[in-house]
Amino acid sequence: MTYPDSSQGPVEGSAAVPPRFRIQAPGVESTGVGARRELGLEAVFEARDVSVSYGAKKALGGVSLRIPRSRITALIGPSGCGKTTFLRSLNRMNDSVPSFRIDGQILYHGHDMYAGNVDQVEVRRRIGMVFQKPNPFPKSIYDNIAWAPRNLGMKAGLDERVEKALRGAALWDEVKDRLKDSALGLSGGQQQRLCIARAIAIEPDVLLLDEPASALDPIATKSIEELMHSLKGRFTIVIVTHNMQQAARVADQTAFFSLDSSAGDPCGTLIEFDDTETIFTRPADPRTRDYVTGRFG
Amino acid sequence: MSARRKQFDRLGDGLLYGICLVASLLSVAIIVWIAYQVTKEAMPSISKFGLGFLTSQEWQPNFNVFGAGSLIYGTAVSSAMALIAISIGLYLSLLAPAGVRGIVAPLVELLAAIPSVILGFWGILILAPFVHEHIEPWLHDTLGFIPLFGPPQTTGASVFTAGLILTIMVIPIIASISRDLFLAVPRDVQDGASALGATRWEVVRGVVLPSTTSGVVAASLLGLGRALGEAIAVTQVIGAGSEIHTSLFETGDTLASRIANQFNGAVTELHQPSLYYLGVILLVIGLVSNLLAQWIGRRFDYRRFSK
Amino acid sequence: MSGPVPDPAAPLTPSGNLRRRQIFSRVAESGATVAAIIAVAVLGIVIYTVVSRGAAAISFDFLFTGTPTGIGPAIVGTGLIVAVATAIAMPLGILVAIYLTEFAGSRMAGPIRLALDLMNGLPSIIIGLFVFGILVNHRHQSGFAGSVALAIIELPLIARGTQEVLLLVPGSMREAADALGVSRWRSVLGVILPSALGGIVTATVLAVARAAGETAPLIIVDSIFDGKSVSLNPFEVVPNIPVTIFTLSEEANPEGFTRAWGSGLVLVSFILFASLGARALLARSKRKMPT
Repeated sequence: MTYPDSSQGPVEGSAAVPPRFRIQAPGVESTGVGARRELGLEAVFEARDVSVSYGAKKALGGVSLRIPRSRITALIGPSGCGKTTFLRSLNRMNDSVPSFRIDGQILYHGHDMYAGNVDQVEVRRRIGMVFQKPNPFPKSIYDNIAWAPRNLGMKAGLDERVEKALRGAALWDEVKDRLKDSALGLSGGQQQRLCIARAIAIEPDVLLLDEPASALDPIATKSIEELMHSLKGRFTIVIVTHNMQQAARVADQTAFFSLDSSAGDPCGTLIEFDDTETIFTRPADPRTRDYVTGRFG
Repeated sequence: MSARRKQFDRLGDGLLYGICLVASLLSVAIIVWIAYQVTKEAMPSISKFGLGFLTSQEWQPNFNVFGAGSLIYGTAVSSAMALIAISIGLYLSLLAPAGVRGIVAPLVELLAAIPSVILGFWGILILAPFVHEHIEPWLHDTLGFIPLFGPPQTTGASVFTAGLILTIMVIPIIASISRDLFLAVPRDVQDGASALGATRWEVVRGVVLPSTTSGVVAASLLGLGRALGEAIAVTQVIGAGSEIHTSLFETGDTLASRIANQFNGAVTELHQPSLYYLGVILLVIGLVSNLLAQWIGRRFDYRRFSK
Repeated sequence: MSGPVPDPAAPLTPSGNLRRRQIFSRVAESGATVAAIIAVAVLGIVIYTVVSRGAAAISFDFLFTGTPTGIGPAIVGTGLIVAVATAIAMPLGILVAIYLTEFAGSRMAGPIRLALDLMNGLPSIIIGLFVFGILVNHRHQSGFAGSVALAIIELPLIARGTQEVLLLVPGSMREAADALGVSRWRSVLGVILPSALGGIVTATVLAVARAAGETAPLIIVDSIFDGKSVSLNPFEVVPNIPVTIFTLSEEANPEGFTRAWGSGLVLVSFILFASLGARALLARSKRKMPT
């Protein structure tokens, strides 16, 4: 299988391009089976030495990884180590923070996401996001789902689109008789599934999920996790979770982030990225091992 | 604690409660008293002219013939013009880029602090001539086929100029209320809309505005109330005309402005009561718009949607 | 079901109908910016006119002598009228606010709040008519009548502002006072009110700034004066600035206009100074508030 040559994209910023076949992690050479297997999949995102700062404070440093297509990639690690910052950089949601600055490159299908001619709105149309706390619009269930497709000009077959999205989010049976009711009357788990339905209704390429089940009870959490498995084939999914068991249950690849204090102020950084199985059973980095076996965090 | 001290304290509590209660009841009493007093003074005119007062356009103090028709018309027209302020104020607060919004908001509030007598004086000397020499001719030339934009008159004192001044006065009210409403829409709902690939306009129109519709309506009614009741600035620039004209560029008068203009010179028997009658009409309109604003603002609170 | 789903590998430039939508959105945003600029421009023009034309009139004589050379008595008069008005409105406003926050059940609070809101939205000319009827009719105009009218205007503002600060006082403070067995009136006067003092002063200053500029009621109840000498008796007609400006503005006398601009400058300066000062006070007292 030929590997798409992503280094042909414009190379700007301070990145020193690491060799394609090595995952950057301080002092560790990754030779696990997962690294080689990963080569066979097309990369949707490629991060090259990405750093994020808010004003003078550096929140994230030196992240390089590849997120494969049609798989679930989990970002795990203790709180405050930049997982959500990184996730939000993947659909340019951080742009609204005034002091946000990004160094390095994030390539999406080979295109530099932060290049001058990139349209933010187009980015978000292709890369959808579901947030930690369910945030349905104060509209009916139907209108919540139909709003974005209408904007995008998808006026034909709207009813079918709404139904398909709700089925895809495993919510259809519960709400099919009350589509006109206010979305705010749904339970927390239902609202979150509604937000997922809303996101998939416009058929994005990627779904970013920021701790989607953290505000939900265990039963709702389970339904969200099952949902992710079913969505995997159609979308590339990147999920941030502080619950490592969830990552173990759900993700194909896992990236472990943590705080690195070696350069002065603590700063989030990528420690290790590999197949989920490898991360949880044979992690290469001792810090990863400590985290997944519960010795800290 | 000694028994005497306890007694003293109970007395103190009762006293405090008592005077606070009295003060509060006084506030209610004042409103009622105002309505009563204004109506009472208007009685001679009310009993003489009845409801026909509302439609009659005759205003002849020397003959003791009075009618509010042209004044109600002038009030309606000039305030309707001020409704443009709604879109301007909304626009400013919701859609302008964040940096612009931050600088403009305090300045717009400053606009609200300028006394109406000064704004009106500025209107007489600066705005009216400008409108007369530049805006009225241009509007008449380009849109003269609409009867609203008739030929300019001798000076810029007109219903149009009064409407402009009222618009200037109402913008800060709408803008500041809209800004508060906008800030009340949770950030995460706006983020959710942005994350679905919607432009800024779509986010405001689709999510922010609907959440604040009733608040905007309430703000508009408050602004309208302000425009309806403005006496001084209007009387300075509207030209004290007594007839109804279709053209905005003619002189006119409003209820509040006529009261301010003629009260001190009212000598004939029914003149003052008729001015009070104008006050009654103004009072009714003002109370109704204020009550409507509160009722609407309360009924559709963003938070009410959630259970 | 087909729809304009963009090819994921295509460049990240607008696809489908996005180009059109983006243009529309940017136009709307610029329109909003233009509206903002216009509003600020109007403010700038008005202030500029007042300052440039008013400055020409300002002199020692202007501020300290009477008509026809100056508006000294009017300045003193406005000060007097507003001071008496505030002396009436401030205690009343604070008491009403205390009642609403400390004592009232929702049944009583509703009508009182409604009355205050109605009072706030009442056209000031109507307030003038009211005060005329009770204090001037069959008697004569007076500065006191003006003060009563201005007090009615100030009352809802002070009451609302005081209520807002009283509500900010944390419940824990009240509970602590109760737990110590301190009686209601002692805790209100000794603990709660003092901690809300900053906000109360701010609300009062803002109310004063508003009342100082009110012309309509004064036209009705305190407008027939010549402004030649200072009057310190509120029960007679008291010269004041707003009516002075109004009268001069209606006369076709260019010299009068200059004096009117000068009076306007004095008035606007006071109001702006008071407003900005109040807001600075508010910011400072908020920082001191226990959280």
